[in-house]
Amino acid sequence: MSKDHTHHHHDAPVSEIESRVRRLEQLLVEKGLVDPEAMDELVDTYENRVGPRNGAAVVARAWSDPEYKHRLLTDATSAIMEMGYAGRQGEHMQVIENTPQVHNMVVCTLCSCYPWPVLGLPPTWYKASSYRARAVKEPRAVLKDFGLELDPSVQIKVWDSTAEVRYLVLPMRPEGTDDLDREALAALVERDAMIGVAQVSAP
Amino acid sequence: MNGAHDLGGMDGFGPIDQSQTTHFPEQWERTVFGLTLACGMLGKWNLDISRFAREQMDPGHYLTSTYYEHWLHGLETLLVQQGLVDKEELEAGKPLDDTRYTPVNKDQVASILEKGGPVSMESEKKALYKVGDTVSLINRHPSGHTRLPRYLRGHSGEIIFHHGSHIFPDTHAQSGQKEPAHLYTIAFSAHEIWGEFESKAEDSIMVDVFEPYIAQRI
Repeated sequence: MSKDHTHHHHDAPVSEIESRVRRLEQLLVEKGLVDPEAMDELVDTYENRVGPRNGAAVVARAWSDPEYKHRLLTDATSAIMEMGYAGRQGEHMQVIENTPQVHNMVVCTLCSCYPWPVLGLPPTWYKASSYRARAVKEPRAVLKDFGLELDPSVQIKVWDSTAEVRYLVLPMRPEGTDDLDREALAALVERDAMIGVAQVSAP
Repeated sequence: MNGAHDLGGMDGFGPIDQSQTTHFPEQWERTVFGLTLACGMLGKWNLDISRFAREQMDPGHYLTSTYYEHWLHGLETLLVQQGLVDKEELEAGKPLDDTRYTPVNKDQVASILEKGGPVSMESEKKALYKVGDTVSLINRHPSGHTRLPRYLRGHSGEIIFHHGSHIFPDTHAQSGQKEPAHLYTIAFSAHEIWGEFESKAEDSIMVDVFEPYIAQRI
């Protein structure tokens, strides 16, 4: 994307907001407040390098290594850092475990707090009003929107990230995966299961 | 503040729309993301100040605009507030004076991101509450920044974790001062918050609550 900074698409009409953002970018670069290369590096980091594969590796290890799982559930920040994932928006991590009796899901009703080092940037729906408004009040209806209908006896715990603690859901390991190694297990783990709006299915 | 950002429990937004699968459907959103992070690294404001800047957006506009427009509003507001740019320059898209700054460069980015911004800090104050306590929350509606959502004010729940002390966001947003406050996770039953008709007894909401938001042990 590095070439796009000053590249104007003269063939497409420019919306008001596009024009506003271009003016802001030109101003900040000319003022020396923003280095375009630093900006590219930031965008590339979160658009292409950091994402839910990190979280999936953490989950797969927890499923395969009981001692690691114990550390992950008691001191998530260190256990995750041990895997090489740390930094911005993951400074204070907590991992919450789904069981047959308890299903956890995560929201941030006040903004869109999300554990960047393990999941990357949040999906659009996580930042949208509907999810932020409804997850705390009608979690079962929200899960239904994601195609997940839990037995009425399952307790739902919704975690509203109001401070700087960031939550990662440890989903249940699906049945019939005893033979899979960590890499194969990680491949099963999707982002939504680590937010708590889905479960992990066997291959 | 009781702004449009405090969404917990609002109705009428419709189903969850999962159709958008890319982070930046529009190029300008990618740009706003990059500019916001790059400017944040200048160290002229903190995360709570930037949240408060977004929260002050006109409520009608907030609810009808996308996420990165909130960020754009916040960034422009902070740049002007800090005197780094002025409104005429935003309009002109170029500097109207000779002041120039030194930006964060590409080589600094990775280490800044890796370091992050931990908010835990030592406190001389002893925690007033402990895990297992049932406590009620204050009913306050400050006009400044707060991380106590409206839907919880005045309600009671049980402390399930104590995280030590973290920077208290309300004063951090107002003055930039880093004051420690004990931070707890409190479990609220869904019945306590939403009543028996609209929720299930089995369900609960876990919320991170700073000690100043707690009224008393009950």
